[in-house]
Amino acid sequence: MRSRKITMIAALVLLCACSKTAIDVFTGFRKPQHFPEPVYRVADNPVSKAGFELGRKLFYDGILSRNNQVSCGFCHIQSAAFTHHGHDVSHGIDDRLGSRNASPIMNLAWRSSFMWDGGIGDLDLQPIAPITNHVEMDESIANILAKLRNTPVYPSLFEKAFGSRDITTARVMKALSQFMIMCVSSESKYDSVMRNQTGFTENEKAGYQLVQQKCAGCHKEPLFTDESFRDNGIAVGYNNDSGRYAVTLNRADLYRFKVPSLRNLAYTAPYMHDGRFYNLQIVLDAYSGDVHDKPNLDPLLKQNGVLGIPLSTTEKTQILAFLNTLNDHQFVNNKMLAEQ
Amino acid sequence: MKPTSIIILALIIFSSCKKNSDQPAVNAGLKSSLTLQFDNIAGAANVQLNTGRYTNSVGEDFTITMLQYYISNVQLTTTDGTKYAVPQDSSYFLVRESDPATQFCKLNVPLGEYRSVSFVLGVDSLRSTMDVSKRTGVLDPAATGHDDGGMYWGWNSGYIFFRMEGISSFAPADPAGLKKFRYHIGGFGGYSAPSLNNIKNITLDLSANGTAKVREGRSSNVHIMVDVLKMFNGATDVSIAANPTVMFGDYSARVAANYVQMFRHDHTEN
Repeated sequence: MRSRKITMIAALVLLCACSKTAIDVFTGFRKPQHFPEPVYRVADNPVSKAGFELGRKLFYDGILSRNNQVSCGFCHIQSAAFTHHGHDVSHGIDDRLGSRNASPIMNLAWRSSFMWDGGIGDLDLQPIAPITNHVEMDESIANILAKLRNTPVYPSLFEKAFGSRDITTARVMKALSQFMIMCVSSESKYDSVMRNQTGFTENEKAGYQLVQQKCAGCHKEPLFTDESFRDNGIAVGYNNDSGRYAVTLNRADLYRFKVPSLRNLAYTAPYMHDGRFYNLQIVLDAYSGDVHDKPNLDPLLKQNGVLGIPLSTTEKTQILAFLNTLNDHQFVNNKMLAEQ
Repeated sequence: MKPTSIIILALIIFSSCKKNSDQPAVNAGLKSSLTLQFDNIAGAANVQLNTGRYTNSVGEDFTITMLQYYISNVQLTTTDGTKYAVPQDSSYFLVRESDPATQFCKLNVPLGEYRSVSFVLGVDSLRSTMDVSKRTGVLDPAATGHDDGGMYWGWNSGYIFFRMEGISSFAPADPAGLKKFRYHIGGFGGYSAPSLNNIKNITLDLSANGTAKVREGRSSNVHIMVDVLKMFNGATDVSIAANPTVMFGDYSARVAANYVQMFRHDHTEN
């Protein structure tokens, strides 16, 4: 009798525990095991469920733009790994065109600078750029705060996230950061291989070795970027975009751009800072046979006086096979990151 | 009374008298009000937005439609050489010609007599890289609109230290047909890589035109003239025709080297 009672209590406890896990799936920010420590100061802005949900709501709300129609999610579409699917450069408010390709909202906690030129050094300040840009969202921060204060649902959401109904610049930015750093892509096949859960095919393995030999100088594992700025040998763009130079005014930075990650490339075409290349084949062709010898060309692209990275047709196929293992289906379909 | 007692008594009276007639250099406990007044002028004329007409040294006429700049990191030195730094969190001011109240930067400082004042024209590099939660008041990117008076660059995160805009017959017409010139000067030295640094330290000696006597129950006002013509006329003669728009670029360093000379202590009201 007594033991039956204990069993029943134990069962009840187990049931409660189970139902709790089922309801409370939110785990906050977690560093994938094989990733380095994040650059973002997560301890200063710990991700709460309410903060994350507020950030997600803001991210998908056109209220952040002048005409209330262009949200962050407008140019950062989840199914395109949070890039502007198919667009070389983005069209923002009133269909005005920008000059650069929208970067993915992906693994941002590990980035030390933002934008193709690295002009922004803190994720918490990053949203100000697209919000105030005339061709993107064309809105002032002051006006956003006023609009949010006057939208019935927001003050209580800020209270849930931050403890009071005050809506400030810092809180809007911190909430957006909470959403953005939760956009972690670490469930590709490559990641499974790194966790010893599966293995590469022969082709993928050969591609992996080639990437390690010929690409890792810039595209460093496991994030597949070393966060540096380099001239990767593409021709000067139609609009003569000077890249990193505009930020540092240092001639050595002319035409240098941030090394992008190689993750999720299947979803993020077109490629390069101005979206000039529509598929990966032409990107590899450019690296092997169309490198322009500009003054700041990265030395890795001119070794022993030879321009470009020598690649055979087979090698290109193998590299493409490996790059496919960096696509994270779960990331682009994660309902938690989608507009609710 | 013994002679020694008389001497001691005399000394006590003497020192207490001295204390009454003359403030100690810095009284650590008590504080009172000190105001730095920034009075914008153009040569011998007061600046009048939109209506005042001025001419620079290369003979270009202009009017001023907007004039604003950051003053920060105020430090004071007493007559005996003691330095007092205004606590950082209450040491950021945005002086705007369009809003007279902003031209009076109010400080609460230890009682004492101050012979010099120094400040930064702009925002120091430390604050320029601080967490967004530390950017309140005039440093809040929401404090100023983005077209009309914005003092924050979003794309290359940093503050615009000095912003002057106006109309000149020597400026080329913009797409809206306005002959505008725009000087937006900033650059704190770069986040991760060295870049343009236009942070300027300015020190004004008050001894010739009146030290600031900060006393209990009184307020001292240091009246500073800011001659915007010196932004054009200096080591470089800045021409509106040649440089109608100066923003984040190498030339801005020349403008900043000129405008560091704008400030002159005129008098002090004690």
